[in-house]
Amino acid sequence: MINKLEQESKRKFIKLSGGMLTGTLIATSGLFSCMAPTRRWSLPLTSLPDNVAESILMTTRHIFPHAKLEDAVYALVVKDLDNSAAKDPAVKKVLIDGVAMLNKKSKNNNWLLENHQDQYTIVLSMVGSDFFEKIRGTSIVSLYNNDMAWAHFGYEGSSFEKGGYINRGFQDLNWLPEPPHSISPQKYKI
Amino acid sequence: MKNINLNDSNTVVIIGSGAGGGTLANELCQQGVNVVLLEAGSKQSTKTFVNDEWKSFSQLAWLDNRSTSGGWRVSKDFPNLPAWICKTVGGSTTHWAGASLRIQAHEFKALSTYGSVKGANLLDWPITLDDLAPYYDLAENKMGVTRTNGIPGLPGNSNFKVMYAGAEKMGYKQCHTGRMAINSKPRDGRAGCQQLGFCFQGCKMGAKWSTLYTEIPAAMATGNLELRAGCHVMKIQHNDKGLADGVLYIDEDGKQQLQKARVVCVAGNSIETPRLLLNSATEMFPNGLANSSDQVGRNYMRHTTGSVYATFDKPVRMWRGTTMAGIIQDEAKHDPSRGFVGGYELETVSLGLPFMAAFIDPGAWGKKFANALDNYENMAGLWIVGEDLPQESNRITLHPSDKDQHGLPVPNVHFDDHPNDKIMREHAFEQGTKLYKSVGAKETYRVPPYPSTHNLGTCRMSLHAKDGVCNKHGQTHDIKNLFISDGSQFTTSAAENPTLTIVALAIRQAQFIANQLSTNKI
Repeated sequence: MINKLEQESKRKFIKLSGGMLTGTLIATSGLFSCMAPTRRWSLPLTSLPDNVAESILMTTRHIFPHAKLEDAVYALVVKDLDNSAAKDPAVKKVLIDGVAMLNKKSKNNNWLLENHQDQYTIVLSMVGSDFFEKIRGTSIVSLYNNDMAWAHFGYEGSSFEKGGYINRGFQDLNWLPEPPHSISPQKYKI
Repeated sequence: MKNINLNDSNTVVIIGSGAGGGTLANELCQQGVNVVLLEAGSKQSTKTFVNDEWKSFSQLAWLDNRSTSGGWRVSKDFPNLPAWICKTVGGSTTHWAGASLRIQAHEFKALSTYGSVKGANLLDWPITLDDLAPYYDLAENKMGVTRTNGIPGLPGNSNFKVMYAGAEKMGYKQCHTGRMAINSKPRDGRAGCQQLGFCFQGCKMGAKWSTLYTEIPAAMATGNLELRAGCHVMKIQHNDKGLADGVLYIDEDGKQQLQKARVVCVAGNSIETPRLLLNSATEMFPNGLANSSDQVGRNYMRHTTGSVYATFDKPVRMWRGTTMAGIIQDEAKHDPSRGFVGGYELETVSLGLPFMAAFIDPGAWGKKFANALDNYENMAGLWIVGEDLPQESNRITLHPSDKDQHGLPVPNVHFDDHPNDKIMREHAFEQGTKLYKSVGAKETYRVPPYPSTHNLGTCRMSLHAKDGVCNKHGQTHDIKNLFISDGSQFTTSAAENPTLTIVALAIRQAQFIANQLSTNKI
């Protein structure tokens, strides 16, 4: 239920306007929002029509359902797919035809207006299709290989320039017994 | 750097600059032998390494096209990436985690110890642990392996704390922070480990041993080495007496070159090494070089692996600190009462978020997948490294039609698990799962093997020429001045991470080659 509410409230934040997918960050505090220059985000589209882009974003949310992950991160998948579509007409066709199929399977030929569960059921019917696989395969890299996702999931990325973790918590787990020094020696002190 | 003439037929040519080739080059140069070291990849450094999984992967990994077949899941999920190994100066010593374990005495005698196993092509090594022990000593000292030579162990990270607490609950007695070729304090002109957490991406501290910044510069300093990077070998040539006499390669400008040679040593890792021998077939050697036994490319082993990841209520942040931060060795024994022969090690492992997404369950999606990553901060992980059995049908062959960028047939890597491998993996998955549950895991994840990092056995050593490709010195049975100098030599896989053994064999081989040269036997 919470998921559904979040999903619906989130929907209000995605807006479409002539070749641009835009949105507003939900998070107002935390590392993630600190990283964003403004709370509004926008993605200029070079190849995909607006409604196709938005449907792809929502399809990606169904395939990789991270309830609290911002649309702005999912939009990075759309961005990469838009770029591939611009370079390769075959990809563009797969994406446009895929969204057409989502719509065809929906009431009033509009998948985006279906409720969350019905949207998901329709996505399920597309598992294994070129459309589904293109989005899934792209997402595996695009969704999880960016600073915003890292901040969201808590991954800290590059550490060399910060001196690694030798003095920054590589042993800070404190909810289990400490191994003895014969097993895990103390760190070397210069 | 020395400049060795292409027509200098008195030179030793080594193909591949990783653990085997890089070490062999240095050891020969130290003994006054002139060496041309050919490396297909380009040269990176601690400065150019990047703390970024995908970027580093493009920088270091061997990405030339390969094909796969067989029942292993890698063939389905990563059909063109059977192995996660490197194409760069230093080879996969840039990427390895640093675990440096000696093969156990009984593992050198796999056939005698385990007996004949149906479907397996088991054989005893033509050397014993006693034969190799002095060279293990030298290798451990050279590489600065912790818990040897008075070098303290590394401090364990949080991922290790979870492993250790679980090991205690399980009653395991042999759990510690490992024998690692990573400096726990500055040594040998290299820094101590700063716990960056990017061991797999090339150690930017240079704390982890890699031939890139140890053996190769040491060899260079003798004035006896010429390193040629960006040079992909196409073919080893031979004279009418059937002796190797040169190496044909494409240089970094795309030009074909022929380097004359007195001795040729192949150390291209267990896919490229047999591929090169097969691609070098001639009228005299129609099945490829050194292949009278028909064993070139066969008995491909990759260790019985898999990972167990577990999520907890509280943070672990396993990515902080050394990737292989500790080990459990209790299961590495041979105890057939468990239902399989051979044993396995359990070692901590971690992946950054990008690679966790790619590898936790390739092809997966949906709630379970998303939930695992939602708990990424609270995740701990371990990797299974077990002995897999040699099978003749697991092999590297030349693809009948697909060619690489140089027009050479690409290698096909065929692999099926032996029933013993499956039973062992299941046992290890169970133990790993129980271990994490014993310390409060919420969810556990059985992660299938990654593209192979330990590639072994495709030109194995054997006492008799009919059973293998090379003898106990890595000298091929058929061509006395052609040597196998990498993990392809392994007669069986044993349960241990292979690098230390590859280095020990290279040191031993260098002594043998230098002796053969000085007595004009080759």
